[in-house]
Amino acid sequence: MPQMTLVQAINDALKTEMRRDPTVIVMGEDVGVNGGVFRATEGLYQEFGPDRAIDTPLAESGIVGTAIGMAINGLKPVAEIQFDGFMAPAFDQIISHAARIRWRSRGRFHVPIVIRVPYGGGIRALEHHSEAPEAYYVHTPGLKVVIPSNPYDAKGLLISAIRDPDPVIFFEPKRLYRAFRQEVPEGDYTVPIGKASLVREGTDVTVITWGAMVRVCLQAIEQLEGISVELIDLRTLKPLDIETVLTSVAKTGRAVIVQEAPRTCSLASELIALINERLLLQLQAPVVRVTGYDTHIPYLTMEQYYLPDAGRVKKGIEKVLSF
Amino acid sequence: MPQLNIVQAINDALRTEMRRDPTVVVMGEDVGVNGGVFRVTENLYKEFGPDRSIDTPLSEAGIVGTAIGMAINGLKPVAEIQFDGFLPPAFDQIISHAARICWRSRGRFHVPIVIRAPYGGGIRAPEYHSESPEAYYAHTPGLKVVIPSNPYDAKGLLIAAIRDPDPVIYLEPKRLYRAFRAEVPEGDYIVPIGKARIAHEGSHVTLIAWGAMIPVALGAAEKMAAQNVSVEVIDLRTIVPLDVETVIESVKKTGRVVILHEAPRTCGFGAELAALVNDKAFEYLQAPIVRVTGFDTFIPQARLEDYYLPDVGRCLKGIEKVLSY
Amino acid sequence: MAAKVTLQRESLVPFIQILGPDGMANPNDVVELGLKPHDFKALYRWMVLARTFDERALALQRQGRLGTYAPLLGQEAAQVGSAYALKPEDWVFPSYREHAVLAMRGQSWLQLFTYWGGNEEGNRIPEGMRNFMICVPIATQILHATGAAWAAKLKGEKSCAIVYFGDGATSEGDFHEGLNFAGVFKVPVVFFCQNNQYAISVPRTRQTASETLAQKALAYGFEGVQVDGNDVFAVYKVTRDALEKARAGGGPTLIEAVTYRLTHHTTADDWTRYRPAEEVEMWKQKDPIKRLRLYLEKQGLWSEQDEAKLLEEAKAEIAQAVAQYEALPKRDVEDIFKYMYAEMPWNLKEQLQELKDYLAEHGGDLPHE
Ligand SMILES: Cc1ncc(C[n+]2csc(CCOP(=O)(O)OP(=O)(O)O)c2C)c(N)n1
Ligand SMILES: [Mg+2]
Repeated sequence: MPQMTLVQAINDALKTEMRRDPTVIVMGEDVGVNGGVFRATEGLYQEFGPDRAIDTPLAESGIVGTAIGMAINGLKPVAEIQFDGFMAPAFDQIISHAARIRWRSRGRFHVPIVIRVPYGGGIRALEHHSEAPEAYYVHTPGLKVVIPSNPYDAKGLLISAIRDPDPVIFFEPKRLYRAFRQEVPEGDYTVPIGKASLVREGTDVTVITWGAMVRVCLQAIEQLEGISVELIDLRTLKPLDIETVLTSVAKTGRAVIVQEAPRTCSLASELIALINERLLLQLQAPVVRVTGYDTHIPYLTMEQYYLPDAGRVKKGIEKVLSF
Repeated sequence: MPQLNIVQAINDALRTEMRRDPTVVVMGEDVGVNGGVFRVTENLYKEFGPDRSIDTPLSEAGIVGTAIGMAINGLKPVAEIQFDGFLPPAFDQIISHAARICWRSRGRFHVPIVIRAPYGGGIRAPEYHSESPEAYYAHTPGLKVVIPSNPYDAKGLLIAAIRDPDPVIYLEPKRLYRAFRAEVPEGDYIVPIGKARIAHEGSHVTLIAWGAMIPVALGAAEKMAAQNVSVEVIDLRTIVPLDVETVIESVKKTGRVVILHEAPRTCGFGAELAALVNDKAFEYLQAPIVRVTGFDTFIPQARLEDYYLPDVGRCLKGIEKVLSY
Repeated sequence: MAAKVTLQRESLVPFIQILGPDGMANPNDVVELGLKPHDFKALYRWMVLARTFDERALALQRQGRLGTYAPLLGQEAAQVGSAYALKPEDWVFPSYREHAVLAMRGQSWLQLFTYWGGNEEGNRIPEGMRNFMICVPIATQILHATGAAWAAKLKGEKSCAIVYFGDGATSEGDFHEGLNFAGVFKVPVVFFCQNNQYAISVPRTRQTASETLAQKALAYGFEGVQVDGNDVFAVYKVTRDALEKARAGGGPTLIEAVTYRLTHHTTADDWTRYRPAEEVEMWKQKDPIKRLRLYLEKQGLWSEQDEAKLLEEAKAEIAQAVAQYEALPKRDVEDIFKYMYAEMPWNLKEQLQELKDYLAEHGGDLPHE
């Protein structure tokens, strides 16, 4: 089986689906001739030509808005937004249209688009290139939100996302793009949307995370001695695999949530609310949040102080255990 | 003291500040000659003219983006977005610029703008006219989010917002615009941003709400009082920065919490409140926190919106649930 | 009639050029500029300084001593010519490539290195200076400039604003909204588009089917002009005229400076993937600096010795800034939390304390992993 990086796995998923389904197209800034600024769409222009690997004008609202129109008329666009920070200009098209068209049209129309976005910090990038905006989209009804943490899941989830009849925001943790390789099957397979993955079983405490934080948490867990940690990689942020989360927390009675995004009104808040609602009696300690701070992510000389690292995760685990 | 409704109170706040401070301008779609689609800016055009009561092109990013530029060059724009559903076209300008400029410039520039928007459901409006988007802005560092629930607060909070050196999202519960009148002092006063109000004292349950949910909460509190259950209703008034002390103090007293909001539940501001109570008052909780909220759908159109918006009945159910635990 | 004005094919807007690639100019056009030999030399000096900074920044990035950097190579005349026409009371709203403009406006090279080194202090504009910060989200600054200039008009000030952006930016909605507001309210703003032919890999023809970018102004009800962006004289002239018009109440102008990015979009880019080497070679023949040097030499204003001396001075000036940059003190984590609001709210105080406690447990900094 070939060994691939996460960005290669994404490229492979796109190629696989574009070969299988002639209605699948990719579109975005620099995705054609240049193969994408991260090379996620490398080779697609050569294989599928300018009508299926489309270099668009520099206009995010234009990209998502026209992708919606294309989807309504039978195509399956995979639109790339070049960086997380540049989703905001497309926000209106995403939340007022992509998310709502099935509901508004009473099922007559639906919007099978995927919006792919390099996500998160840790690559020493410029301002507006290291954002973790998932909470905006998790809060918006009608969207699905997916975020892989390894090459295998990246390919399988992206294929699922492309085949999904609803709009999917597909976040790609950019610091993992080339961080490691993994065996990725050739050809066609899917990882289902809406299913979390139990990365590691344990009994003392549940750590819930996603994206690039999965590796950070693993690192922390390896450094902890004599503590049995269960690690959940959500993989899909909406719809949430609530069962996996609750089953685990019911077992351990303690939970830590780790995310890059700012704390206030985030997905971590939602997870706490859900756990509290359904498992208060089983909880042996308040759920702990290890998160980005309620500031903007600092520029590259300081971002390591903002992003949760293994030490902060360990501290969170120790805190929830010492209650 | 004059009896004003919320629209009149906001209008009065704008006039008061525009008279006091010549750098305050209002701008937006139909805010000038027409006085605003809800008449919130009525007569400002007559008194202050087209340069301070500015009819802009139909262009929300344009309104907020130029307001930011004006603020940088010394004005204090109060920008109106005509309806909650039309904030998204301005989202980039709000989160990528308004919210960041003070931080990015290390305090050299700040953005003392107010973005006013009629907010929430309950007026049988068409699509995109009944949204409750506060969570987007609460999650964005660098913004303040203010939501009044009555005429007195509406005026005092808006004056505070205009004077505030940071960008304030000021959401106006439109179904309360003309719902009732209250005494509103003439002239200048403020209600501080960041301070909640105990709208109804109680000891058995803490009910946290804001905006148009306050009358619902009070209605429920009254009903519960008849059953000898004493409900403490907290009107947050400011979502960010949150008056966490008032909330936690009340929770410590009651041990039971119901959170009431119109917005969809998932990742709504209720989730943050639940998380904060978990962080800061876990041992005091006698029952899981209950959220009574809009559903995770869009707000339905006129004929179904009453089934979506929390009402007194759903609120009572939430209170009973938290009590029965 | 002053500068050479040609209506190209069906072009709806004039194209202005004074100084050709061969360093030749019509003397009358030059006289009309109202510039003196010391101005010519100043323009030349700024262009050389900017290029020296650019080379140094690229080298530092390659050595891992600077973050991702956006070079200006080839665009020196567009930047220096336009900035030379500004008055201190005018506002400048840059994108991320206007290193020359910012330096001419008084920001230090040190500050520019600080920004590109990934330090928030690089965005602290000195008190009183009417530059706004670097802007990364494409086209968004166009609205800020329109707003600032509009405020100037409303306050009755005699200042205007200039905003810099690229050819790609003209595709964004904010470009439309910014120009539209400016047209409607006759705002004293100059829209300065550096059409360097590419938005990363995407060529100008893929941004718009419009013959020129400048003609977009016509639909907003004001003047658009194309200028040879590698001709510092012509750029100066059209910018000065546009600024004067704005100050006199004549409203906005859209300037399209036709130029070329001679190197990568940023240090994270590789231009060989999307454009032929011959094209780049062709544009090198139109180099803006070489052009002015030829002119100065022909006028007897410049010698080999002058050149050598300037290069040495430029290197020394930039080297000094690099040394200062590399000697910057270690940052305090409080910098992350400061300036979020005029007054720090409780959650930030708590979170700052949380971070400080964490660092304290590890001897004052992050644990090594
Ligand atoms: C809103 C937004 N979308 C995408 C990007 C990523 N990006 C950075 S520069 C660039 C191309 C800009 O082209 P142009 O406007 O011509 O300016 P130039 O870089 O050529 O000076 C892109 C797509 C961005 N910074 N902002
Ligand atoms: Mg360009």
